[in-house]
This record gives sequence, structure tokens and C-alpha cells, in this order.
Amino acid sequence: MTGPLPAPSTRPGRLVADDIRVAFRPPSRGAPPTVALDGLSLDVAGGEIVALIGPNGCGKSTFLRVAAGLLAPERGRITLDNRPIAAPDDRIGLVFQEPRLLPWRSVAQNITYPLELAGWSADRRATRLAELLHAVGLEAAAGLRPVQMSGGMRQRAAIARALALSPDVMLLDEPFSSLDALTRERFNLELLRLQERTGTTIVIVTHSIPEAILVADRVIVMTPRPGRVAAEVRIDAPRPRSVELLDEALVSRAAAEIRAHLELSENVA
Amino acid sequence: MSRDLTSTPDRPPTTVVPPRPADPVPSPIEGSRAFGRTVAVLWPGVVAFVAFVAGWKLVAVIAGLGFILPPPEEVGARFIAAWADGTMEPHAWTTIVEVFLGFAAGAGAGLAVGYVIARSHLVERLVSPYLVAAQAVPILALAPLLALWFGPGLLANVVICGLIVFFPVAIATMVGIRSVDRRLIELGRSLRASRRQVLVTLEIPAALPSIMGGLRVGVTLAVVGAIVGEWAGADRGLGVLVNLARASLFDYPLMFATLVTIALLGIACYSLVVLAERRLVGLR
Repeated sequence: MTGPLPAPSTRPGRLVADDIRVAFRPPSRGAPPTVALDGLSLDVAGGEIVALIGPNGCGKSTFLRVAAGLLAPERGRITLDNRPIAAPDDRIGLVFQEPRLLPWRSVAQNITYPLELAGWSADRRATRLAELLHAVGLEAAAGLRPVQMSGGMRQRAAIARALALSPDVMLLDEPFSSLDALTRERFNLELLRLQERTGTTIVIVTHSIPEAILVADRVIVMTPRPGRVAAEVRIDAPRPRSVELLDEALVSRAAAEIRAHLELSENVA
Repeated sequence: MSRDLTSTPDRPPTTVVPPRPADPVPSPIEGSRAFGRTVAVLWPGVVAFVAFVAGWKLVAVIAGLGFILPPPEEVGARFIAAWADGTMEPHAWTTIVEVFLGFAAGAGAGLAVGYVIARSHLVERLVSPYLVAAQAVPILALAPLLALWFGPGLLANVVICGLIVFFPVAIATMVGIRSVDRRLIELGRSLRASRRQVLVTLEIPAALPSIMGGLRVGVTLAVVGAIVGEWAGADRGLGVLVNLARASLFDYPLMFATLVTIALLGIACYSLVVLAERRLVGLR
């Protein structure tokens, strides 16, 4: 379905979705069910960064929840390195649209929360915490509570939490949508630096065409509900990426292409 | 005295009311500055207490009926005497034990039932009518019956106490657990938290402020429950002593001294819950 991929296929974190359909129970009896996804197929190579873009309500977030094992599809299969995802999995790190930190815990305790649930000893947690705080630049904030931090710092903490168990795949649901444009760009670049070090596969849902082009190897354009893949646009920019190094012509060409696919898919519906 | 029942959070020094002009000007020495600060924090309470006692005294004098409302100094003297000669102590201990056991039983059951109701609509539909009915029947009417069933004394009073504590704790727990942000539960699921882990690390901490509110109400009711139970049938306890002083001994100062003891017990229990709450919740 997809052509040759830039990342070697031996890397872990290959996420394959095949003909996924998700329907939600109708709000009232007799009404037809809401079909969020229908026939969505996607093959993300290990270490690849894929951005999902599409109109509101096209099922992008639903797909992430299926991929995270939180939602069982009505039909279709989803596998990670050839093993089906039937339930939440340590190999997957999930970052929600809002930070979802536990307000009664400090940043450090929030970041180590997954380790605590997985039964790590306090010593191991402390070692891992130091690495994670360093990775997201929150060393100085470890003792703070979520309410004492800015939205950006909270989202960093959420990313550190998702990285805690060293997942092979990171799923991000519009993670920076509440940040201003400049901060957002910086966070996207930081995410890329993190990804270069960890080699994690990334699937990021976004509303922003510039964001998608900046981070992704491939931009997947989705159709309106019921969502499936309308088109994909490959971003052939070299890595590591930076704002200055991105070729203007390439960016505007890709943006025009994505926009055209988006409009086309909306007109079809 | 009732003003002590509302928990006033410690005010930061900047908002503290300056000492009254009558107070000696604080010297620049650190120790006396701290003393001045303590005075500044405490004086509203002291003033309110003095005003309360003065008002009491005024009513007692104006009414001129000392045997219905003994003046505060008489009650104070009787209070000290009753504690000194051992009249009060055994009764107080009995009540304290009843309150403690009744509160523990009632709150424990309330927490468990409140949780189950919050998580199961079926259980809610089955149980809540009985819950409300049991709460609507005055405990005063139930008390003699319970005394008959369980025999007058500790067990009956603990049961009465537990029953009266149960309802507010169960309701507060249910509301608290229901209002836990579902997104946090989803986070827990995505991190493969077990049911127990969800309960301990998400639901309980998230519901804690609400639960502590229920415990605050419950603990003061626990004192009421113990006294009511003692009235219905017991041979020892502060409720028994109130009756004894009023109807047999005609010792009204002792009756009031007992009421003061009951009030102090209520305040002490409430303060313990508030203290626990500050330790558990206050950090947010």
C-alpha cells in the first residue's frame, strides 16, 4: 500500500492498521450509529513520523484511541510489530490534547506515575526520572505542582510521562494545540530532537498544516467522517530538521498539495 | 463557641490584622515579634469568646433565673470540679469510645457503600430508596428500638452512632467518586492501571476533598448519635450525665458543664478531621 520507506524496516515500532471501522452507538434508539472510521488502513514504519490531518470530527482522535488499545474497533486489525493491539500496551506512549496531569502530585510524581503503576522500585524510578526531566528540560520544576506551571511546561511533563516506559511508538493527539504559534514551533522542534535520540515512531494528530510539514515524514490527509485515508503527502526534507533549513519551495508545494487534498476530500463528502 | 467550628486557614502574615492599640508596641526582637504575630492571629477568637461569655453572663443576670441559666463562672467552676473529683471522666470516656467506634464503623461502611453506588447504577437504584428512608426516620425514634435489639449500652450506642454517620459519608463519597474526571480514568487505563491502582491512585485522591467534607459532617453527627443513644438507654456516658444532672440531681451547673464537655468533644473530633484533611488535601 505504501512505497519504500525512508526508515529501515528492522526498527521496532511498526504500526499497521488494516481496514479499521469504528462505530459509536446512536444517541437515540433507532438512529443510525455514528461511524467514526471506516476502512482506514495505514502502515507506519518503525521510527517514522506520520502526521494525521483532516477536518474536525473525521476520527483522528478515535484512530489514536484505537491504536492506543483504549478502543476496540468493530472491524479491522491493528498491530504493532506484528503483534495485535487489543489493550493498552507498554510499547505505546500516549499524549493527550490536554496534559492530564494528576493535580495532587508533583511534576516528578506525575512523570514517574507509569513506572509506579508498572511496579518499578523507588531507586529505578529516581534514575529514570532524572533522565526524563533532562530530556524535556524540566529539571528545575520537578517539585512543582501542575497548577504552578505554565501550559507548555505541563505538556512537557505529559510528554516525559509518555516516554517513561521507553515506548516504541508515541501517539500524540494535537499535543500543542493550546500553545501560541511560536511556542508551538519550538515544542515541535524539541519533539523532533527527542525523537532523534529515542528513535520512536511518532503518530501526531494535528490541525495545522505547517506543524504537519515541519515534523512529519509523511502527512496523511483523512476524509471527513467516516474517516479513512484520503491521500498521503511525503515531506522529503532532510533530518535533523530546523525551521531555517526547511526549503521554502518544498514547504509551500507540500502545503498546497495537502490543502488541495483536504478540499477535495471535503467536496466529495 | 460555634465560631471555632469553621476552619479558618492560617492567614499569611501580610493580611494579619494589626494588634490593637492597647497592645504594647512590639519590640524589634525576633521572639516578641513572633509573639505579636501570634497575638494578632488569635485575638479575633479571643474577643469572640469573651463576647460570648459576657453575653451569657448578661442574659443570666437580666433573666435573674440562675437555676435555668447558671452564669458562666458557676458553670466553669462546676466543670473544673466535676473533672477534678472524677464525676465527668468515666462518662466522658464512655462517650469518646462510642464516638470513636461508631464513627469508624459508620464512616467505613459509608465509604464502601458510597463507592459501590457511584460505580453501579443498578446498586444505586436498588439501595438508595432504603438509604434515604433510613435517613428520613429520625434517629431519636429509632434509638429506643435499637437499644431493645442490641441491649442498652455500648453496642447499641455504637450502632446508633454508626447509622447517623453513615449517610453523609456515603453521599459525599458517591458524589466525590462520580465527579472524578473521566479523562484521568482513561489515562489510568492507557497506563494499564489495575482496578485497585485506579482506586488508590486516581479515584480516592480525586474524591478526597468531597469525602473529607462528608467526614466533617459525619464526625459531629457521631457525637450527636452517641448522646442520643445514651438518652435512649445506657448507664454511663455524657448523655446519661446530662439526664442525671437535670432530672435526678437538679444540678444545673453540672448539666451545663456536661454540655460544655460535649461541645468540646465535638470540636476536638472536628478539628482532628480538619487536621487530617489539611495533611491529605491541603498540599494542592
